[in-house]
Amino acid sequence: MTNKQDANTDNETLVDFAVGIGGAAGQGIATPGNILARIFARRGLNLNAYNAYQSLIRGGHTFLTIRASDGPVRTMGDSLDVMVSLNQDTMDRHLSVMPAGSSVIYDEAKITPEDTPEGVQLCPLPIKELIVGNKLAANTVAVAVVLNMLGIEFDDLEDALERIFARKGEEVVASNREIANRGYEYAANNFKPFPFKAPRLSKGLAVVTGNEAAGMGALAAGVKFYAAYPMSPSTGVLMYIAKHAREHGVMVRQVEDEIGVMNMVVGAAHAGCRAMTATSGGGFALMTEAIGMSGMLETPIVCIDVQRAGPATGVPTKTEQGDLWQILGAGQGDYPKFVVAPNSQTELFNTIPELFNLTDRYQCPGLVLSDLLISEGTATVDPDALNWQPTIDRGEMIFPNGSADDNPYGGYNDNAYLRYANTETGISPRAVPGVPGHIHVAASDEHDEDGTLISDEFTNPHKRRMMVEKRARKMETALKLIEPPKLVGLGDASATLVGFGSTWGVNLEAMEKLASEEEIDVNQLHIKWIVPFHVDQVSSILKEANKIIIVENNYSGQFARYLRSETGIKADAHIRKYDGEPFMPHHIVDGVKLILGGETNLYVPTHEMMV
Amino acid sequence: MTITATSVDNKSIVNNAISLDTIPLSNVEVTRDSYKGKIDPDWCPGCGDFGVLTAMQKALSELDKQPHEVITISGIGCSSNLPGFINTYGMHTLHGRALAVATGMKMANHEMTVMVTGGDGDGFGIGGNHLMHTMRRNVDLTYIVMDNQIYGLTTGQTSPTSRLGMQTKSTPEGNIENPINPIPLAMVGGATFVARAFSGQQAHLVDILKQAIVHKGFSIVDVFSPCVTYNKDNTYKWFKSRVRKLEDENHDPTDFHAALDKGYEWGDEIPIGLFWKKDLPALHDLEPILHEGGPLAYRPLGISKSQSESLMAEMM
Repeated sequence: MTNKQDANTDNETLVDFAVGIGGAAGQGIATPGNILARIFARRGLNLNAYNAYQSLIRGGHTFLTIRASDGPVRTMGDSLDVMVSLNQDTMDRHLSVMPAGSSVIYDEAKITPEDTPEGVQLCPLPIKELIVGNKLAANTVAVAVVLNMLGIEFDDLEDALERIFARKGEEVVASNREIANRGYEYAANNFKPFPFKAPRLSKGLAVVTGNEAAGMGALAAGVKFYAAYPMSPSTGVLMYIAKHAREHGVMVRQVEDEIGVMNMVVGAAHAGCRAMTATSGGGFALMTEAIGMSGMLETPIVCIDVQRAGPATGVPTKTEQGDLWQILGAGQGDYPKFVVAPNSQTELFNTIPELFNLTDRYQCPGLVLSDLLISEGTATVDPDALNWQPTIDRGEMIFPNGSADDNPYGGYNDNAYLRYANTETGISPRAVPGVPGHIHVAASDEHDEDGTLISDEFTNPHKRRMMVEKRARKMETALKLIEPPKLVGLGDASATLVGFGSTWGVNLEAMEKLASEEEIDVNQLHIKWIVPFHVDQVSSILKEANKIIIVENNYSGQFARYLRSETGIKADAHIRKYDGEPFMPHHIVDGVKLILGGETNLYVPTHEMMV
Repeated sequence: MTITATSVDNKSIVNNAISLDTIPLSNVEVTRDSYKGKIDPDWCPGCGDFGVLTAMQKALSELDKQPHEVITISGIGCSSNLPGFINTYGMHTLHGRALAVATGMKMANHEMTVMVTGGDGDGFGIGGNHLMHTMRRNVDLTYIVMDNQIYGLTTGQTSPTSRLGMQTKSTPEGNIENPINPIPLAMVGGATFVARAFSGQQAHLVDILKQAIVHKGFSIVDVFSPCVTYNKDNTYKWFKSRVRKLEDENHDPTDFHAALDKGYEWGDEIPIGLFWKKDLPALHDLEPILHEGGPLAYRPLGISKSQSESLMAEMM
């Protein structure tokens, strides 16, 4: 790109806009969405994109929302500024919720708007004339129109089209360029642009989904073995790592089922690899026995549960925070593990290496609670916010560094090495298979310090107690290594919003809205680490709260119950949503107002968009 | 074999590994005693599994394998207690899951000799799905099934290899389900070494196990291993009068259809020995990342700045 002047470069007012693109699956919504997202991010705008879709390949209704701003963007926002309607169904579903000042773009030959709300600009396009026979380029016209109305220079689009269509040949690029230009000019001559121009900032940003962020984090952490069974909405992790596996020396296996996945991951981890998988709730359910084995063998593994609406197959393409108790109770018996709920794509990336360090050090499973909103959601990420070369701490491990013991066959027989030595910290140095002199059995049955099974012939309550306590004792020091949650906002606020995982962004935005639009001060306590839990810090912060409002994406208040079980604190009120769609900021704003007005202590917002 | 001198010396790694003094291994001779486990087996006196354990110890020592280069992985059941009775690295995993765990182990450290041991319930019942896929993947494992046609550890219920009509505690009026025939199942499933042996014929069993261990790819050895406590049908005497060695019949183990026919023979005469063998690349041979650099498990972690910059560029 050549030097370009942009009138908005020095504009201090924040620009904040959202584009919606809707149609049937198979109509090619992803490509225009991708083009817009990349153009916005290259200009340095933050963005957040959420795709509402169904479990089908053709048909249905898919609606992609891309919100961008030169300020922070943490959610898809509350409303749309422009909607691209690729079929009549999209028009019928959403025209009525378009606000005054917004625009609706559509093919005038195929789609008829009815009952257009006051102040909405209709932008009918003569698509057939503009595309001159290239039916595949219809969506390119729509993108060009949106960009023109946002005051984004044609060069940016030209650039994007070249990148996207390069592999299809110069002819396709040229055709798209020409058609885009016609659309761009058509918009300039016929439609009213937005009252603002999308600015250009000095630093471009990366565009990632949470699944890609998890895959990237795995590569940074040194994951060498990744196994999975495809399951929405977690499959993106498998695809990202598989794509980069050869160049980074990662073994990727698609396994027959999630039972096989987790057992294979445990096998590879026991061999000494950092090994990982991602799944969703149903797959996680199948993995849990082997997750317990990871706890018993003291073989560290990492597993991401990308939650979707359950139970059973549930709503495969919709989000929920309904697996908290499944994760807490994963695997029979009582054993230590880590559970962490990152709040965004960036935090998901950075959490993976951090969690591997902890699981290697404490020799136990590490479980990540994500959800569809984070993992399939797209966001811009500041490249400087990703630590690609994190510290790698493998804890107390013994590798065959070309060395041997006096008796290379020894270990198990001579007791020179005790795999499960009952140490003061509970952490026993872990020799991986292949090291001379350290032969041992890692047993899923309860075992003695040397790995001997105690369960079959002579069970021994004293040994059993010793081993249970040894494993549990490991975690005593873990809490100190993880960051406690912090209160965000004014100390003396009328309410404190409490949540975990993906509700961080929406709570923060609601907090800002309440302050600026309603003059209501609320603050926020967001929890990342579920197990172990910072009981003291959380308790002392919440003791000062005027009203505790827990925001979560499930019906029964799983987090509220967990908070109560850990701290004894009973929340004053709740905002919950379990319709499959994520919270929008105004849902929280409405809920807080009703709660503070004394009208309810449980608010369940209605999702206005029928997606 | 010498130990590969691989290290995890990535400078960003906090290495708390215990350092060991180096001594040469070449002057220590491997004998059957090298494989003697610390624990005496907890099997019932007379159990067929004793013969399998002894044969494994003989086979491994006769092949001159170093014990620390071998790992024995089992599921759950009487026979799955075996890793505790043999001096190799061992894993005692979940019921039916040994093959999945073993696949992870072999992929992560393809230089280890990986033995998988278990029973008919573990392998053909609860673990059936993993068996099917491990066979088609041709993972380089030696899978020894101690097939006693009964669930022993749970005190005598029907198993996937119990014969029609067999009375067990869960089929007191007689089993009405057809049993699995592991030999054709394994052949059709893609196993590249399919054999049957009898715990009561030690020399033959040792010979079969040696071939199975040497075979590059998935080898399965279905071993008749009588349960003296709960199976009154398939006793030593019952097997002894029926088993016939394929090796005495000029059977050609490279003839698939002949092998399949042999696999279906069951009655007054039951063939044992090597039914089928085919040399195909094992899973780890087909994965280019394992062609050099030693076992994945021992490689340094983390990625370079130029690698991360290239990954980042894709996202811009």
